[in-house]
Amino acid sequence: MSLIDQQFRGPWTLFKKEILRFWRVSFQTVAAPVMTALLYLLIFSHVLGGRVEVYPGVPYTTFLIPGLIMMSVLQNAFANSSSSLIQSKVMGNIIFVLLTPLSYLEFFLAFLAASIIRGLCVGFSIYLVAICFIDLPLTHPLFILAFAVFGSGMLGAFGIIAGLWAEKFDQMAAFQNFVIMPLSFLSGVFYSIHSLPPFWQKVSHLNPFFYMIDGFRYGFFGQGDISAWFSLSVVVGSFIALSFITISMLKAGYKLRG
Amino acid sequence: MTPAIKIDQVHKQFGALHALKGVDLTIEQGEFFALLGPNGAGKSTLINLLAGLTRPTSGSLAVMGYDVIDQYRQARHAIGVVPQELVFDPFFNVREMLRFQAGYFGKGPENDAWIDEVIESLGLTDKAGTNMRRLSGGMKRRALIAQALVHKPPVIVLDEPTAGVDVELRYMLWEFIKRLNREGHTIILTTHYLEEAENLCSRVALLKQGEVIALNSTKNLLATISGKKLRLKLSAALPGSLTDLIRLQEKHNYTLSLQSVNQVEYVLAELRNANILVEDMQLIEPDLEDVFVDLMGRA
Repeated sequence: MSLIDQQFRGPWTLFKKEILRFWRVSFQTVAAPVMTALLYLLIFSHVLGGRVEVYPGVPYTTFLIPGLIMMSVLQNAFANSSSSLIQSKVMGNIIFVLLTPLSYLEFFLAFLAASIIRGLCVGFSIYLVAICFIDLPLTHPLFILAFAVFGSGMLGAFGIIAGLWAEKFDQMAAFQNFVIMPLSFLSGVFYSIHSLPPFWQKVSHLNPFFYMIDGFRYGFFGQGDISAWFSLSVVVGSFIALSFITISMLKAGYKLRG
Repeated sequence: MTPAIKIDQVHKQFGALHALKGVDLTIEQGEFFALLGPNGAGKSTLINLLAGLTRPTSGSLAVMGYDVIDQYRQARHAIGVVPQELVFDPFFNVREMLRFQAGYFGKGPENDAWIDEVIESLGLTDKAGTNMRRLSGGMKRRALIAQALVHKPPVIVLDEPTAGVDVELRYMLWEFIKRLNREGHTIILTTHYLEEAENLCSRVALLKQGEVIALNSTKNLLATISGKKLRLKLSAALPGSLTDLIRLQEKHNYTLSLQSVNQVEYVLAELRNANILVEDMQLIEPDLEDVFVDLMGRA
């Protein structure tokens, strides 16, 4: 085995372990979010379907699906890295990784990649179930993929930051409920921001989740509230910025190495 | 030969607390070394620094010649640490956990034979497929030791490995660790059971409040205590003339510190004069505990 293989095996093992960690409890980590998204779809389409048409020629139920998929992708990418880190810190088993020759960059890449995989796994599952009932176009598949990967990457990095910062489950729940949930619910998952008053439209533009949802939806319908390229640049820029912060925290050993 | 461990003027501060105050220590390859000291002496901090879990405020540490900061990859390959707490990953079974741990060190399926050997040597064969959550405390301790060995490190650090472990398991662990030492591994041990350190370790460092107050071979340290201990079980309380000699007391059971064996006659004469019966008597050689108590009291 070459030295390169040996060096690659460390982060690959951590990535594999992180994947297995969520897969072992896939009922909770994959099936449950799919169920939640479908319940949203059922209720909102029942209440608003037929009464609201956001984009010309696109029924409300169809409009809703990409937003719900992306919201679940983002929430689960965040949950993967944040819950793994906080659990390992509270249980103390983070020491097993800290004792190894893995670098901070390898640690980051393994956690990030696992978060992206979980996000994509949940998103793809919702998509598969949804297309059994609703005809969903795929106008720009590469945009769909790009927003899903960079969006889940961004939230994966954000999850690492939260996991490093939080010292107890209570703090993590606060992060989830007071940051992630409001940002995702107020990002245009259930509506177009053009239906909002001008002030709230401007506020929505400050929410990075809005760009992820709108760009992702553009990939399906070929139409969105703003330019998909602009959204993509915001998402990629935010991903790079958050990754930089995360890597800096890991390099400094923030709350990991005293 | 490159020392297994070289610690040079290491200071560590946690805010206002000066946990290590300029520690110098060299441990040669193949040694069985004890790091002793009361709680808060800095033993765990020193181990954490060696393992890269904490960074020194100043000074340097090297494992097998590799600096723990600048050459951390090589240094961590060279050291295996058994932590004091019974920590585990609840998602995996023993074998999976060991394979993951070996994988972090770049070791793949070619290492499985060694993992099997470690599992067998530590009596974990029946539990290899059992989830870590379902293991007893003793089995978790064995798994932790196995985890520190999966990458075949030349230096093994055991932080209180027998804390809360029953006698049978303790004996089994020491036999296994002695075997590793015979095979050439350097063993560094912290323990509260001083008789363990005395029986196993060839050299001892005593830490107190972040400083090494004694560093010598176990034999030389024992030689620094010239006196003997006299253990007595009496029919009544010890007479006032002998109370200065008391080291330990439990009801009418006493352990007295004597300057030399000649003092025994004096003690017995005083007891006869006070009409106190000796129900049992034992003259004991000084042990590491005496050295420990003596040095801790003095420094």
